Amino acid sequence: MLALEREVDARGLLCPEPVLLTKRVLDNMNTGTVRVLVSNAAARENVSRLAENKGWRVDVSNQGDDILLTLTK
Amino acid sequence: MNKQRLLIIAAGGVLGLLAVILVKMGNPANMGYCIACFLRDTTGGLGLHRAAPVQYIRPEIIGLVLGAFIASQATREFRAVGGSSSFTRFTLGFFAMMGMLVFLGCPVRAVLRLAGGDLNAGVGLAGLVAGVAVGVWFLKSGFTLGRAVPQPKSNGYLFSAFMAVLFILLLAKPAFLFFSEQGPGSMHAPVWIALVAGLAVGALAQRSRLCMVGGIRDFIILRDGHLLYGFITIFVVALAGNLAVGAFNIGFTGQPVAHTDGLWNFLGMALAGWAAVLLGGCPLRQLVAAAEGNTDCAVTIIGLMAGAAVSHNFGLAASPDGVPLAGQIAVILGLLVVFAIGMVNRPAVVTGGVSFGKGS
Repeated sequence: MLALEREVDARGLLCPEPVLLTKRVLDNMNTGTVRVLVSNAAARENVSRLAENKGWRVDVSNQGDDILLTLTK
Repeated sequence: MNKQRLLIIAAGGVLGLLAVILVKMGNPANMGYCIACFLRDTTGGLGLHRAAPVQYIRPEIIGLVLGAFIASQATREFRAVGGSSSFTRFTLGFFAMMGMLVFLGCPVRAVLRLAGGDLNAGVGLAGLVAGVAVGVWFLKSGFTLGRAVPQPKSNGYLFSAFMAVLFILLLAKPAFLFFSEQGPGSMHAPVWIALVAGLAVGALAQRSRLCMVGGIRDFIILRDGHLLYGFITIFVVALAGNLAVGAFNIGFTGQPVAHTDGLWNFLGMALAGWAAVLLGGCPLRQLVAAAEGNTDCAVTIIGLMAGAAVSHNFGLAASPDGVPLAGQIAVILGLLVVFAIGMVNRPAVVTGGVSFGKGS
């Protein structure tokens, strides 16, 4: 089975745009991996909360000054 | 209960409690904490408007910014960024303030007014929800003001430095500043208490991401009530505090620093809510983000202050007597401007074969 992978670049976007961009992707995927790049802690928390509420696992890592969220289900 | 939920409840609880205490210590009734009113007073204190009853450099604002700045430094969340449609943000801030000064308060004060029994605030909050809902439609249809990009750190420090300078001016009281001798501007808690209250709220707001407009917005878009916990806690704690100190007086008439014109209470806050959603958050959140180094949000605050200056210099702001005709026209104009900004900043809006906006 094909494992879907998507990337969302939400760097520099103010609340709630990172969440909305991520939501559009998650709404069209049942399983797979979504990598979301954000640039501030508020976006990290908001995207994490969205993904967890939808049943996705969230792994967080730093990428220089940015934050990479890896969402999997 | 997770840490984020505890933080948002703590931030709301502290703000609600301090609002009651600040009124007991001298602030105007139902105005323990109002971002719009305090930015308006500060604008007047600097002489940028000449409405004598509303001139004072409010330490609550200074403390809020410095508290958020210190918290963002301690957590390494400070990021100097900017370049995301700065003048559009200024314009949205400008008209949002006009709306708030027709209602006579920001979203925080709307909750505090309701907690004091002012039912006109309920009408204003209904307008706020309506404005947020319209703004959400624009967000869902792709509205964006574009990306902020990293800037030299010094850019991010300037706004907090400006607040520190304001505090020095407040203590020094040079002759070129203006301080009300009567009216709401003359009513204030002691400087150091107001500053400490601001520091506490600023630090907690930075850590919790407290945002009044964001709470309504997230509930409409995502059915996520996280930020609403802060909103509700402010109301519950302020209501309990007002009942405890005998400051609760339910009704529409005779409410402090308020008027009873429901239509303009509704439309004023609808304008504020709509503009705030497009800006990414309420005035409190804009102050916190500016303290975290976001220069676009700093420009938004200057827009709010410019809106306050124009509102009072040109007789647009409401008073307990009601809303002047010029203020009503300003709100309608503001709604049209915010609508236009919303339309042109959606991707690939096409009219008559001509594409405008930011493209997709």
